[in-house]
Amino acid sequence: MLIESINIVLLGMLVVTAIAAIRLHDLFAVTMMFGIYSLLAAVVFVVLDAVDVAFTEAAVGVGISTVLMLATIGLVGRREQRPAHRPLLPLLVVVVTGVALVYGTLDMPFFGDPGAPVHQHVAPYYIGQSPEQTGIPNVVTSILASYRGYDTLGELAVIFTAGVGVLALLGLRRRKRPGKENRVS
Amino acid sequence: MSVAGLYNYWIVILLMMTGFYVVISSGNLVKKIIGLNLFQASVFILYISMGKVADGGAPILREGITHYSNPLPHVLILTAIVVGVATTALGLALVVRIREAYGSVEEDDIHRQDESL
Repeated sequence: MLIESINIVLLGMLVVTAIAAIRLHDLFAVTMMFGIYSLLAAVVFVVLDAVDVAFTEAAVGVGISTVLMLATIGLVGRREQRPAHRPLLPLLVVVVTGVALVYGTLDMPFFGDPGAPVHQHVAPYYIGQSPEQTGIPNVVTSILASYRGYDTLGELAVIFTAGVGVLALLGLRRRKRPGKENRVS
Repeated sequence: MSVAGLYNYWIVILLMMTGFYVVISSGNLVKKIIGLNLFQASVFILYISMGKVADGGAPILREGITHYSNPLPHVLILTAIVVGVATTALGLALVVRIREAYGSVEEDDIHRQDESL
């Protein structure tokens, strides 16, 4: 019960942070709100037993993403123009999508239900067999590096492609207007 | 029980929709990408919520624990976090490049310049 209460409080704080990110128009403040949001998400992951995900989110989601956003804001400016009209159409789209998604959750197994379909297929096999087959006590590691090693290889291909893309966009040629802006790349 | 059992999912949907709202209502490209990241982080919370087993332990095998939370969603989300940062970096690089070409990162300005060509 304690876990559930902590969970509910943390999710409430996430909602407050997300709404603050909508209402702010200073991009520096919005980026900080995003950092707080990611840190709170990392704490939620600890509460929900996903410790590996939590420290990856804290290092990569909070650290690298926020630094990348701050570097971009340093180049493009931190003020956002206020919208000229009331955003009624986006609000309508968001509400309709949200209601459809809530309708979709009505058939979902309850939070923490050990009989849910997601816990029936390969997960018991991984938990039962990984000590003999890989010798690593951390099941997440043994799935990531052994059972699903090809997925991780594919992930590396994605990161490599993104790195090449960033270099192609920013890094490899001279700036057209030197002296106007400092490049970090 | 029904409301308590689905509470996590509903909050996650609310968070997803705030991210979605930022993406479609904001005209600033950097803020759009931040909204995309908010959306993404809430999808992570959805997956991790589905992997939680009541009274289970973190999936690190040790004495005295009989139930573990499902490690498979954790692995998927580890991969998704890293891929997410890669796509964010590419998106932000595009924003910097657009700023070089148009002198602005506001959607309205960019459309106006495109139409006046």
